Amino acid sequence: MEFLRPTSLSEACQLKAEHPDAVPLCGGTDVMVDLNFDRRRPEALLDLTAVPELYEWSRYDGRLRIGAAVPYTAIIEQLATEAPGLAIASRTVGSPQIRNRASVGGNLGSASPAGDALPPLLAANGEVETMSTTGARRIPIHEFFLGPKHNALRPEELIAAVHVPVASGPQQYAKVGTRNAMVIAVCSFSLALHPDTGRIGTGIGSAAPTPRAAPEAEDFLAAELADRWTAPDELPDDVVRRFGELVAAAAEPIDDVRGTADYRRHALSVLARRTLTWTWAEHRSQERAQ
Amino acid sequence: MTIRVTMTVNGDELTADDVWEGESLLYVLRERLGLPGSKNACEQGECGSCTVLLGGEVVCACLVAAGQAEGADVVTVEGLGDGEQLATIQETFVESGAVQCGFCTPGLLVTAFDLLNRDPDPTDATIREALAGNLCRCTGYEKILDAVRLAATRQSSSA
Ligand SMILES: Cc1cc2nc3c(=O)[nH]c(=O)nc-3n(C[C@H](O)[C@H](O)[C@H](O)COP(=O)(O)OP(=O)(O)OC[C@H]3O[C@@H](n4cnc5c(N)ncnc54)[C@H](O)[C@@H]3O)c2cc1C
Ligand code: FES
Ligand code: FES
Repeated sequence: MEFLRPTSLSEACQLKAEHPDAVPLCGGTDVMVDLNFDRRRPEALLDLTAVPELYEWSRYDGRLRIGAAVPYTAIIEQLATEAPGLAIASRTVGSPQIRNRASVGGNLGSASPAGDALPPLLAANGEVETMSTTGARRIPIHEFFLGPKHNALRPEELIAAVHVPVASGPQQYAKVGTRNAMVIAVCSFSLALHPDTGRIGTGIGSAAPTPRAAPEAEDFLAAELADRWTAPDELPDDVVRRFGELVAAAAEPIDDVRGTADYRRHALSVLARRTLTWTWAEHRSQERAQ
Repeated sequence: MTIRVTMTVNGDELTADDVWEGESLLYVLRERLGLPGSKNACEQGECGSCTVLLGGEVVCACLVAAGQAEGADVVTVEGLGDGEQLATIQETFVESGAVQCGFCTPGLLVTAFDLLNRDPDPTDATIREALAGNLCRCTGYEKILDAVRLAATRQSSSA
């Protein structure tokens, strides 16, 4: 095995081009488990933790660019206002030790259907910025997940950053699990209200082969909210219930040790109703405050 | 192929040779640098018994590749006291009966030490959240919480 340790993003891309089989190593919270248990023996490890560019985040034109290696702890502490859904989800990841190391880039790299950062990126309509010696690409997050643990990254590419619009309204994330710390979600759901565009964003976790959105639920709710954004009242029960049903219908869950498909669908509709109630209450109080 | 890794551990610059590229920082500390305080239980980030400070932050040493620690500043449980005197959190763990078999203790000490550095007067909820990544099979955690509270009180009265 080789241990490659670039100190700039361009050097990292160069090394990845020379060693397309090298496994990128960031926080190591997925890769090291595989190495420790002999599940993976890559020819080379490409350590990204000495690449300063990957740890930076910035704001531009109403958007956020979050470096691939920025750990969850930094997202929680620094981005809770601009990317609330992602920050709430980050709080539910692992333990303090894990959150200090683990990154959104690693979550995208692993592309697990249970990755906690992924539903909020869908709901926020994010983009993945990749980099290689031949240039950069921006992949819409809705096109990034191709199958269980399979993403749209090419062998010569690295994930450089994720981009999300700065939140224009409330966002939420909720997951079902046996306890708060250290659980793989049985299912999870993220909701983002975008009052500036009138659009709704959703993201479902752990209930399909990949993280995915619920487009019918989004369109239904956007239509229902169209005349309600200003001077908002409480939402009628049937709207909240129908939204929950449409979110559950978008899932394609399986039975496994963590839960049955039926339970997941039921739990998703509950999470969808709950996050809608929370975000709408927050939107109403913001409108009243203005 | 192997690599050489040099880092500062508990204030001393140490070098490990013949390190396998996929080897963890935990293995290097225990098996190559003679620092067996950090424990190896799960090797998958679940138990926290391998917790060390890396660049001033708590991490699971079992999930850090040794090569990633090149040039870094590492503090293990061996470095919490000054060699003569235990750190306050170590004293209060002993006094509160927070140690039974002791396997989880080094990781918990490093985590609690870091918590009290960041937040000298933590609420119970903050303590629980900070220790969520450290498992203990023996104590039921109550005495561990007592020890952290007592250390907070003692440090604030001596500060
Ligand atoms: C105890 C424990 C608890 C956990 N709890 C959770 C949880 O609650 N929720 C959750 O979602 N996950 C959890 N995880 C999984 C893991 O922490 C996350 O998936 C995390 O986001 C991975 O980030 P990392 O930086 O550690 O990735 P790494 O392990 O370094 O890498 C993960 C994958 O991404 C690739 N990769 C990393 N960076 C890049 C890059 N810049 N470009 C291209 N490819 C890249 C790697 O090659 C690898 O395939 C947990 C893991 C552990 C050990
Ligand atoms: S041995 Fe590292 S967390 Fe258990
Ligand atoms: S004292 Fe035995 S595991 Fe904690």
